[in-house]
Amino acid sequence: MAKVNKLFSDKLYVANIGIENFTLTLQEQNVNTVHVDWSPPAGGDENLAKVLDILSDERVEKANKEAFDRINDSEPMLVDVVMAKDVLPGMKKNTIGHAGPTLPWKDMCGPLQGAILGAIVYEGLADSLEEAEKLVLNDEIEFVSNHDLDAVGPMTGMITYSMPLWKVENKTFGNIAYTTFNEGLGKVMRFGANGPDVIEKLKWLEKEFAPVMKSTLKSSGPIALKVIMAKALAMGDEMHQRNNGATSMMVRELMPHIVKTQQDNKELHAITEFLTGNDQFFLNLAMVAGKAVMDAVKGIEYSTVVTAMSRNGTNFGIRISGMGDTWFEAPVNQPEGLYFPGFTAEDANPDIGDSTIVETVGVGGFAMGSAPAVVRFVGASSVDEAVQYSKDMQLITVGLSPTLVIPTMNFVGTATGIDARKVVETGILPVINTGMAHKKPGIGQVGAGIVKAPSQCFEKAVKALGEKM
Amino acid sequence: MVHNVIKKNKYFDSVTLMLFSSKIEDIKGVNQAAVMMGTNHNKVLMQDSGLLNKEQAADASANDLIIGIDAESQEVVDEALKLLEEQFSNKSSGKEAGAKTYKTFDQAIKETPEANLSVVSIPGRFAKSEVMKSLKKGLHVMLYSDNVPLEDEIALKDYALENDLLMMGPDCGTAIINGVALGFANVVSRGSIGLTAASGTGLQEVSVIVDKLGGGISQALGTGGRDLSAEIEGRMMLFTLEALANDGATEVIGLISKPPSEEVMKKIVDKAKNIDKPIVACFLGGDPDLFKGTDIIGTTTLEEAAYALVKTSKGEKVDAISNSPLHEETSGLHDKIPASNAPYVRGLYTGGTLAYEALLLLHEKLEGVYSNIALDKKFDLKDLTTSRENTILDMGEDYFTEGKPHPMIDPKQRAERIVQEANDEETGVVLLDCVLGHGSHEDPAASIVKAVKEAKSKRSDIAFVASVTGTKNDPQDLEKSQQALKDAGVFVLPTNRQAVLFVLEVLKKRGVING
Repeated sequence: MAKVNKLFSDKLYVANIGIENFTLTLQEQNVNTVHVDWSPPAGGDENLAKVLDILSDERVEKANKEAFDRINDSEPMLVDVVMAKDVLPGMKKNTIGHAGPTLPWKDMCGPLQGAILGAIVYEGLADSLEEAEKLVLNDEIEFVSNHDLDAVGPMTGMITYSMPLWKVENKTFGNIAYTTFNEGLGKVMRFGANGPDVIEKLKWLEKEFAPVMKSTLKSSGPIALKVIMAKALAMGDEMHQRNNGATSMMVRELMPHIVKTQQDNKELHAITEFLTGNDQFFLNLAMVAGKAVMDAVKGIEYSTVVTAMSRNGTNFGIRISGMGDTWFEAPVNQPEGLYFPGFTAEDANPDIGDSTIVETVGVGGFAMGSAPAVVRFVGASSVDEAVQYSKDMQLITVGLSPTLVIPTMNFVGTATGIDARKVVETGILPVINTGMAHKKPGIGQVGAGIVKAPSQCFEKAVKALGEKM
Repeated sequence: MVHNVIKKNKYFDSVTLMLFSSKIEDIKGVNQAAVMMGTNHNKVLMQDSGLLNKEQAADASANDLIIGIDAESQEVVDEALKLLEEQFSNKSSGKEAGAKTYKTFDQAIKETPEANLSVVSIPGRFAKSEVMKSLKKGLHVMLYSDNVPLEDEIALKDYALENDLLMMGPDCGTAIINGVALGFANVVSRGSIGLTAASGTGLQEVSVIVDKLGGGISQALGTGGRDLSAEIEGRMMLFTLEALANDGATEVIGLISKPPSEEVMKKIVDKAKNIDKPIVACFLGGDPDLFKGTDIIGTTTLEEAAYALVKTSKGEKVDAISNSPLHEETSGLHDKIPASNAPYVRGLYTGGTLAYEALLLLHEKLEGVYSNIALDKKFDLKDLTTSRENTILDMGEDYFTEGKPHPMIDPKQRAERIVQEANDEETGVVLLDCVLGHGSHEDPAASIVKAVKEAKSKRSDIAFVASVTGTKNDPQDLEKSQQALKDAGVFVLPTNRQAVLFVLEVLKKRGVING
């Protein structure tokens, strides 16, 4: 009876699970109390609860542990700059890769349509946006999901035939992933802008910037992206909304080799001005690192670990390891946050982009606690609230990263390896820091904020895997 | 007109929501209202009461909050919605100011490993997994939830026993541990009397009377209402008996329950033989001869149990209850009994065990009492909306609490019933309880006073009889509550037993029964 009789002589410390009134009466009596704001597993949905029971299985645990280990063992290295037409499977002049799962033209949102029309002009397939649209309506353009090209792109995520790409190799597992260069801020194609200046910028990236980066990387040798990401967390980045630290670190890596391989001073000025003028330069590199890591986790039988989260502006799709390349989709949510002067929530397009790969790998919204500077921008009212977001994410992942740690949270690892089961069970949804595009084509970014992944994606995914058990 | 609003992904526990519903129903012009989570069950409930239309229902899932308001005008609806929004934001800001709040138990326990007791009040079918998490982390548990499957209760109690942990409940509403009131419990003096009970208000009434008699409580433990059934076999009662036997502060042990099954009774007697502390048992409705040949002191009412406990704790011999200092001379009250030709007694109770005790004391004397917890199937009250002849209602039972708060938390339903009984010309006596303490409504006496005043304006011949289960240190204050009732012309007795006995006096004086 030792334990019971010890209770009688100890100070009471109560965990109250459920009715809040009981917590209040305990506090009136000055009793130490923590309150658990309980809500039913799977939102009280009994069928889902049954699926969760089925998935509460040793095979799933083992598979998820394997997935978690692979994420942590992965070493994404930036190795080269290559051309889309040379490396992407099945890439033709009229192929356009975009963010998120594929969908018919008529279901695409404004920014995505705008970016596509601009991309057609960029490829020289049409001289005007009107002509470009005719090509689309005549079914002369093929759309493909970036994820199926082993690639990712932010916001609309345009990847076309002539574009240069960063090439990243996962040294541990040998798989390759690609992404585009980040175009900078403001009116850019990733936010659906498609004017002549946008196209001109893309041409410069292709003709001038890409060759320099290629020779730079040849000189520098492979650059370890995870190392930069780990350092950037300590510099106040979460690598979705804020990449100031990571971009500076990256430029520091590149600079000696740029100067070494580039003699023309005017060109050098243009290159360095571009690199140093865009705080989000590293975003695409964080994304491609995430893609290289998560692709190594694909196809582990019975695993419920999420390997991709992505949005096409209409639907939000996720993939889980045990279900291969199947997208589980649901309508995207509207982000909440702050708007640039002159814009309001009325102007904002729903959530879009492949950039949620950074949350999939455990940074972005998952590491919000590390980035006090963007806390208010993404809609959190205090640093405590941001830390709470990161803590909540720990409840839906397999574990904590041993290498990506958050100094402001006593060096606790970022929540890593989203377990779709835990999302469904707790109702806690992955939190995503995101930019917001104007809902009309051709305008660009209007603000930034925070958005949650829709619960139905995770519900569909666990149901599908449940049927395979 | 009925107005529906769906709030996506907004969760509140059902008690909180029922209090919200009740607050909007108080607004003038609101005919009826409900605020509920959109489970299928709740949606059907709301549709049946005409508070939810089909299209709206289809939009809401179990994670969504549904508001249904039937009101006279759009202005009233707007007022109600405004009040609700205020309630919602009070709730969330209250949390920030108060206890640390977590979304899951795992998260809470990770940050507060020093926690040693979980109080669990979630829908019963979810209770097992949450309680198991607590037990596995080495926390003792008080499980308030009801509707927990029998096999879950057995599994949880067996795990707890193997690991030397308390698992009080399911359906355990009251406990006092280390002087802390858990759930619905009163602020009583600490002392040498340890209690273990399968009944919530039974435990409250005994602990309160012990306090009034100058005794004190070391620990008051709950076992859950089903513990002494043949299926559960007294698992937790036997364990708590041993815990109290080993507790240095406990000198006398009190045991409160409805009569156990024969098998369980034998186990308890066997266990008691090995305990060298005096034991007082109150098996309500049980045969006092059950304890013949044992050292256990048998009693049949809660007051007698408390009296025997206090006497024993002072090392005195237990004598007749009429010697108790609490025993009220009713001759003074006698003169004030209003004359009436109305023959019947209507007992309206918020506390289940108090209702049961009243039923036991009245059933035979009145040749049968109708009830929703009837002693005899013949007297099952089929239509609970209308009392019949002599009736005692336990208003904490399912029929009254389906979608509505327990009357100890919100006494509104009981107050309405008091007025309803007064409209029945056959009602001669209204018998009431008034349970104070933590967890209970902030002023249950005021609710009774308001209803009694309204009733008296129509009928001056009804005798209202009540007892207050509370102490001077309860948040609601015993004396203040008693005085308010007396001022309203209610006959206030010190215990439930004495209140019931006074009802018999009233009936005798009026010649309804012999004596």
